[in-house]
Amino acid sequence: MPQIVVEDLVKRFRISERDAGMWGAVRGLVRRRYQTVTALDGVSFSIEPGELVGYVGPNGAGKSTTVKVMSGILVPDSGRCEILGRVPWRSRNEHVGELGVVFGQRTQLWWDLPVIESFDLLRDIYRIPRGEYIANRDEFISILDIGGLLDVPVRQLSLGQRMRCDLAAALLHSPALLFLDEPTIGMDAVSKLAFREFIKRFNEERGTTVILTTHDMDDIEAICDRVMIISDGKILSDGTLDDLRRQVTLERRLVVDLDGDELPVVHPEAVVSSRNGHRVNIRFDPERVSATELISHVTSHNRVRDIFVENLPIEEVIAQIYRDQRG
Amino acid sequence: MNVLDSLYVYRRFLGVSIRAQMQYKASFFMQLGGRLIITAGEFMAILVLFDRFDSLIGWNVYQVAFIYGIVNISFAVADALTTGFDLFGDMVKSGDFDRILTRPRSTALQLAGQELTLRRISRLTPGLLALTWATMNLELNWTVANVGLLMVSVAGGASLFAGLIVLQATLAFWTTETLEMMNTMTYGGVETTQYPINIYRPWFRNLFTFGIPLATVSYFPALAIMGVPDPLGTPLWFQYVAPLIGIGFLLMSLQVWRIGVRHYLSTGS
Repeated sequence: MPQIVVEDLVKRFRISERDAGMWGAVRGLVRRRYQTVTALDGVSFSIEPGELVGYVGPNGAGKSTTVKVMSGILVPDSGRCEILGRVPWRSRNEHVGELGVVFGQRTQLWWDLPVIESFDLLRDIYRIPRGEYIANRDEFISILDIGGLLDVPVRQLSLGQRMRCDLAAALLHSPALLFLDEPTIGMDAVSKLAFREFIKRFNEERGTTVILTTHDMDDIEAICDRVMIISDGKILSDGTLDDLRRQVTLERRLVVDLDGDELPVVHPEAVVSSRNGHRVNIRFDPERVSATELISHVTSHNRVRDIFVENLPIEEVIAQIYRDQRG
Repeated sequence: MNVLDSLYVYRRFLGVSIRAQMQYKASFFMQLGGRLIITAGEFMAILVLFDRFDSLIGWNVYQVAFIYGIVNISFAVADALTTGFDLFGDMVKSGDFDRILTRPRSTALQLAGQELTLRRISRLTPGLLALTWATMNLELNWTVANVGLLMVSVAGGASLFAGLIVLQATLAFWTTETLEMMNTMTYGGVETTQYPINIYRPWFRNLFTFGIPLATVSYFPALAIMGVPDPLGTPLWFQYVAPLIGIGFLLMSLQVWRIGVRHYLSTGS
């Protein structure tokens, strides 16, 4: 049975418009004009327990609106949303008790206090049984390597350090679901890697469902089994990364480093797309010529120093999906 | 069980808030010192004022000081405990209120616990000084009933002021404009009801009895404690139950707050 069922969600916002200048402000008091913006225009999906789902889309596409509805902090105009058999906004307290939420730009820790005090307070807020709290806390402290940060006031932490502490804080109550809203924004490379590894591991060990919104496609590639793409309030695509690539193009790339300067001999079914010194980029369609056949053809006809097959970068795949939709 | 648990979490919130303020000890004590000087100055001004008039339409100075003390202590307690609601407008704008909604506790509890501003407790000084001064000079009969009534009226008064502040915060769900009108009611209410209300015109004292019932937590119980019959003719039993209206007012304000939260959930702003 799916853990999350979202069916035909629609959400419109009324934004009041105001004319410029003092006259505009006065007129705005008397008569307000509103503009209606459709944030969600019939969004449907379902998610099984333990899935790792990436949720991507341009700014203003409806990502955060969807996450807010699923977090119980926004009521849609129409449509159905059931999580663990509950309607999030009708039983908010019960629902959010099963939920961990990490907002990249905002911390949930108490700014002026040592990290450990925030953890202790969260234990009381979430009514976490003592044994469970201690086990979780100690485990996260060791995996996320935050033992040295516990007595430091949050305001003194670097962004990467703070995010690791925030992640631990969001999971202390062993939530069934974890929502990560642009968690890696502004993080350094080492922190990002540690973060991704932790999410993968946590999901494997505990079976926690993870929904991740991000603009960093490396996050998606590293963490997610499944990607949903939203644009203008509609789901454009929903499937594995490979499905997504196939939806856009079957084309793949072969990168060849030649030993000499002579013109390369290429298979008749493949095309040289660009050449940069010794490096030659070849495009091919795996349905017409297999990678192994192409490689053996190229290596037997040229003096090759290095050779490898590349997928179309996920950024390009997604950009292509946006373009296709705009037609 | 549930209530006890909520109270426990509330206490934990306040403890955290106090420790956070103690992170900046020097700044805290300097601000507290500054506030004490200001409020002591306010009290001196009142004494000068009382000195001018020996009596105020039948009230002697000590009786006025007694009422003044109850109102100001009530307000100081409410003001210190509801800082979270004062900051609420900014929390809506910054999106921090969303964080509160993602926690499995009532929003009012979390906001009330958001901050206990210790330095605001300095506002207790003029009220406490006035009340002490009044009780030393009035021949009061400190029966159990009277001590209880004094405590209930301060509790009722604090609840009433807290209710006003909650209502004011609730408006932030609908508008981001600053609401000077509500400030007028809160601070104006303090200014008005720190004097015996029978000195005002009927419509004005009716406003503070039936509209914003601040007189029910100060004037009426104070009469009962001082053993003075009401020039307005209210019976003694009413003077005893009147402070409970403050608690009712807070409960009503919290209901209005819930409507505000529902509105927020459907508009997201």
